[in-house]
Amino acid sequence: MILAVQAGFATCGWSLAPGSEAGQDAARAGGRNGGGARMVLEEELAGLMASAQRGDAAAYRALLKACLPVVSAIARSQGVRGEAVDDVVQDTLMTVHRARASYDPDRPFMPWLRAITQRRAIDRLRRSGRRPREVNDPLAYEAEVDPGPAPGQSLEARDRAAALARAVASLPDGQRQAVEQLGLRELSLDEAAALTGRSKGALKVNLHRALKALRTSLTREAE
Amino acid sequence: MAERAGCETTRHDRLVEALAGGLEPVRPLPAPGIRTAVWLGAALLAGLLLVAEAGMTGFMLRMHVPDLALAAIGAVLTAITAAYAAFATSVPGRSGRWALLPLPPLALWIGASGLGCLREWIAPGTDLPGAHTVTDCFSFLICASVPLSVLIVMMLRRACPLRPNLTAALGGLAVSAAAAALLMPVHPHDATATDLLMHAAAVAIVIAVNGLAGGRLLAPSSRAEPV
Repeated sequence: MILAVQAGFATCGWSLAPGSEAGQDAARAGGRNGGGARMVLEEELAGLMASAQRGDAAAYRALLKACLPVVSAIARSQGVRGEAVDDVVQDTLMTVHRARASYDPDRPFMPWLRAITQRRAIDRLRRSGRRPREVNDPLAYEAEVDPGPAPGQSLEARDRAAALARAVASLPDGQRQAVEQLGLRELSLDEAAALTGRSKGALKVNLHRALKALRTSLTREAE
Repeated sequence: MAERAGCETTRHDRLVEALAGGLEPVRPLPAPGIRTAVWLGAALLAGLLLVAEAGMTGFMLRMHVPDLALAAIGAVLTAITAAYAAFATSVPGRSGRWALLPLPPLALWIGASGLGCLREWIAPGTDLPGAHTVTDCFSFLICASVPLSVLIVMMLRRACPLRPNLTAALGGLAVSAAAAALLMPVHPHDATATDLLMHAAAVAIVIAVNGLAGGRLLAPSSRAEPV
């Protein structure tokens, strides 16, 4: 049931952020057969909520899980970004629980859920807007945490990856194979032994020596 | 990133499990029309008691004066439409435009009452109320508003007003209009500018108190604590 419902959301383009490529694809697909799928979905959700009002915990669990991607998508469409989206999801689920008696089973479910989500998203945006950001005090401004990646972070990551690749490539064949198969591809000893034609004992020894050599070479490079 | 996504999934799953685990059956709220009828029934009961106490003679006489009759009709219609709008906006997913519903009868109520200001000029010799009776009317409006406000706030709290201030202000308008309608059977005189001013002040107080205090009462009692 959950899978069917989630598939329905994807078909209707609700689980994806508007404007995203995948969202546009889903919207195009939804345009062809979205009307029927949406109707079925509405009926399924309305049915689940009506069962939840009668105390059916399994239906309620399925409904809430199906709502998670929809709530996230609505929150993003309201301009909520990053970790705040998850806070909106939590707030919305709590409100849905508190307000479940206000849902009329004879009416569609989505407008009810959308109204709650939009309100909780606006509340979240207002709360974050009220938090002052000091810009006139240089020390306070410098101390403000920037949630985004630091400048040059991706360059550093690329440099580290390149240094590691160079160090692995400079290892003797046996040690390099052990690192690649056991460390990077995460194969089991049996699988790596079958693939390389070496014994499990040899692989273990080679891995141990390779890690020791890598530690030495990377430490020297860092210094 | 994947780690954070996994962490959030677990966090949401935990909340879903907690909510589903403690699920209790609930009875769906009746439609806004039915809830409006229940609240208006309580106000009507109070009106019938007042009519039984004060008698119909004076009331019927006043209802033959066109502007007083129009003001009474306007107040009653405002009470009905504002109450319906308050109950409709207390349900998530209902349009906020329901808040416009009471505006036409409100215009009728205010316009017809405003004609009373001209009464001294168009009908000299009318029975004019003294300062004492005007204060009595003011007290009546406030006293009648308190139980009606308590009742409507209790009923609205059962829903989930997402715009608590708007819903509470509509509730306040319904209450003040109903109180003004209840005053009519016992109103001992025709309206004057002073009298209307006191009415307007009482109505404004009731709407403001409902809007301010009611908005807080109707807002979620506690901020959702993320799990």
